[in-house]
Amino acid sequence: MKLQYVGVRKAFGAKTVLDGIDLNVGVGGAIALIGASGSGKSTLLRCTNLLEPIDDGAILLDGDDITEPGRDADPVRRRIGMVFQSFNLFPHMSVLSNVTLAPRKVLGTSKSAATDAAMTMLTRFGLADKAGDYPDRLSGGQQQRVAIVRALQMNPEIMLLDEITSALDPELVGEVLNVVRDLRADGMTMIFATHEMSFAREIADTVCFLKNGVITEQGPPQQIFSAPTHQDTKEFLARVIASGRL
Amino acid sequence: MKRQIIAAAALSAILLAACGDDEKSSDTTAAANQTAAECAVGKTITDGTLTIATGEPAFPPYVINDATPEDGQGFEAAVAMAVAAELGFDAANVVWTRTAFDAVIAPGPKDFDFNLQQFTITPERSEVVTFSQGYYTSSQAIFGLVDSPAAGAATLADLKGLKIGVAAGTTSVTYIEDVIQPDSEPLIFNDNAAAKEALDSNQIDAIVSDLPTALYITAVEMEGTTVFGQIEGSGTDEFGLLLAKDSPIAPCVDLALTALKASGALDTITTTWMSDYVEAPVISLG
Amino acid sequence: MTEEYGADAHKASAPLRSGNNPSRRTLFERAQRRRSTLLAATSTALLVGLVIWLVPRLSGWKRVRKSFFDGHTFSLAFKPVLNAFLLDVKIFLVCAPLIVLFGMGIALSRSVRSPLLFPLRMAATLYVDIVRGVPIILWLYLIGFGGAGLLNVREVGLGPIKIGTLLFLGGVALVVTYSAYVAEVFRAGIEGVHESQRSGARSLGLSTWHTNRHVVLPQAVRRVIPPLMNDFISLQKDVALVSVLGPIEALRRADVLQDKLFNFTPFVVAAVLFLCVSIPLTRTADYLLAKERRTMSGTAVR
Repeated sequence: MKLQYVGVRKAFGAKTVLDGIDLNVGVGGAIALIGASGSGKSTLLRCTNLLEPIDDGAILLDGDDITEPGRDADPVRRRIGMVFQSFNLFPHMSVLSNVTLAPRKVLGTSKSAATDAAMTMLTRFGLADKAGDYPDRLSGGQQQRVAIVRALQMNPEIMLLDEITSALDPELVGEVLNVVRDLRADGMTMIFATHEMSFAREIADTVCFLKNGVITEQGPPQQIFSAPTHQDTKEFLARVIASGRL
Repeated sequence: MKRQIIAAAALSAILLAACGDDEKSSDTTAAANQTAAECAVGKTITDGTLTIATGEPAFPPYVINDATPEDGQGFEAAVAMAVAAELGFDAANVVWTRTAFDAVIAPGPKDFDFNLQQFTITPERSEVVTFSQGYYTSSQAIFGLVDSPAAGAATLADLKGLKIGVAAGTTSVTYIEDVIQPDSEPLIFNDNAAAKEALDSNQIDAIVSDLPTALYITAVEMEGTTVFGQIEGSGTDEFGLLLAKDSPIAPCVDLALTALKASGALDTITTTWMSDYVEAPVISLG
Repeated sequence: MTEEYGADAHKASAPLRSGNNPSRRTLFERAQRRRSTLLAATSTALLVGLVIWLVPRLSGWKRVRKSFFDGHTFSLAFKPVLNAFLLDVKIFLVCAPLIVLFGMGIALSRSVRSPLLFPLRMAATLYVDIVRGVPIILWLYLIGFGGAGLLNVREVGLGPIKIGTLLFLGGVALVVTYSAYVAEVFRAGIEGVHESQRSGARSLGLSTWHTNRHVVLPQAVRRVIPPLMNDFISLQKDVALVSVLGPIEALRRADVLQDKLFNFTPFVVAAVLFLCVSIPLTRTADYLLAKERRTMSGTAVR
């Protein structure tokens, strides 16, 4: 078992956002988190790489409790990559610098080795000619692809994708999803929060529907999308279908 | 430039010492052979009363009792009351008032007949106010802590190796830079109070100022200090009584001072109140 | 694979033009620029001409000119004030980098989140509050004369480089005071960097130190260059305050000359020299900022 969530709870002040999450993620697994805004999807991901501390419960990475209080977060974060809705690229650095910064500073990779690795992956995803550009000059889709490359340069064991296409124009979504498909094909373990239902149905092996901080329903995509059992899930999917998103 | 200053200083020192009176031409409204008292009739700002001004506060050795300068105690108090007497005003008809230093030098009418607070006569100031002839020549002096390397200095050359401090805006600044010319640049402070701080914290060896200031500071304000000496021939500063530009009573005041000098009264006053004057050792120009 | 990526809607559109003829927009903008240049030149010439014509006709002009703008005094005062000005420049060149360092350090101390480091954060906050609450000249007196009294040495130095204690302490006072002000500017810059930048950096495994050093601070500093320049222009003039402790710099020298020559022109000499440093400083900062903006962002909205 790669990743385990055991009774994870998180509240922001008086508002409880995660109310007892139990979830197992196997090696090479792809978990899709779906649910309305505020259901806790982003929070769960942010707790996974310790950007937010949890209030109760535990998260185990390879059986090791990474949420133990007082534990150094940096080594954990090296093993878990994250991509954000708003890309979070560093605007004052070129694409290449963005991508090579962490390997060089954290892993101690030499500049030439890091550059080579970066260029290889940028080329693979069609961004080689953008290497010297600054993020502001790239389209949203290009920026997000750079963000993914940046996270991958740290050779993470798990990738967390937090609604990575939600801020993109529709015609740019495709190029980003293609990258994720490639990752999936390479066997990357990933948890992704998304509104792209068809994509989730295509590549996830488990879909979790979150509502009010708990996993209301969980199961393979065929089950969740075609034959949901829980009333809340049904209502949610009905709304999604009605808005033409499925 | 330096030679001219020394020459002028030496010349005026000799003149003052030898002659006693001086050739300063007074305003032509003074008739020859008139006494000061005759001259002064009706020329004061307040009829029948002489208004004398000095600084706030006034301090020794110039005025011993700040509250009652009219008692004539102190060098300038004594000079003023002597001049008043020569002008025909007895103590009952003399009124003392106070002014700030800077306001006095500005052009415009004054609310006093004459003002004295160690004003140095300079040509630039004479363009905006009128000065009487000098009533005191102050030399430059050097003072500091008793164990200073400056102690025992006998010639100007002995001063060159010292770290000297001085208050800005005094004639001592020019004197240091033009005459003493120490090897190390002096430190110029906003005032003597700051210079004293530097002396206390061993940042300077000595302070140069005019002799009266040096005497006052060493006697009253700072413990463990002494005047190392007054510099020969450095008497370039003459104190003069300050009057409004072209004041009608100016020539009368000059007559009074001439009389006081001729009779030796001014010398007596100087000796009495600036008595330390003769005791401060002379540093020769080498 | 590569055909699937890259097709995006943000290719720069070619200007409307046929062959070598300039587009109508280019023509329009050229005409606009010509008009505004003409307007600017005319209004400036008129204003300057008005001043040149009007001021000498004011009644006090002759006296003021003689007192403040006397050519002969200017030539007498120039060299001495310039020599003294070199001290101001030296003080500035030494203190400015130290102020940046300390200011940055204090700002970072105030920004730490870890509860372990709370005393550091508290100390930094106290420092800033106390130092900024007292006039700079007071600090000069306290640190200058107080420090000299404590140290009781004439000179301080390392190896061959020795400087007078009072001058040294004057510099210390400037660094102590200005660091507090500059720290607040840096802090504003640091807190202005969006939290998401930290999230992005930390999620890559970058330590707090690396995050600050490579992600937060570079952005923070760029943001606050204008107010920072303001502080440094201020510093460049405040170096003259060191004169209260005794060293003779430009303003003091001008003052001595003013006493000697009974003319204010030496102060005008000092003013001109200060401007000779501050104006290039600001223009350089503007140039660097503009260059930065051009590299980083796409187009500017007109």
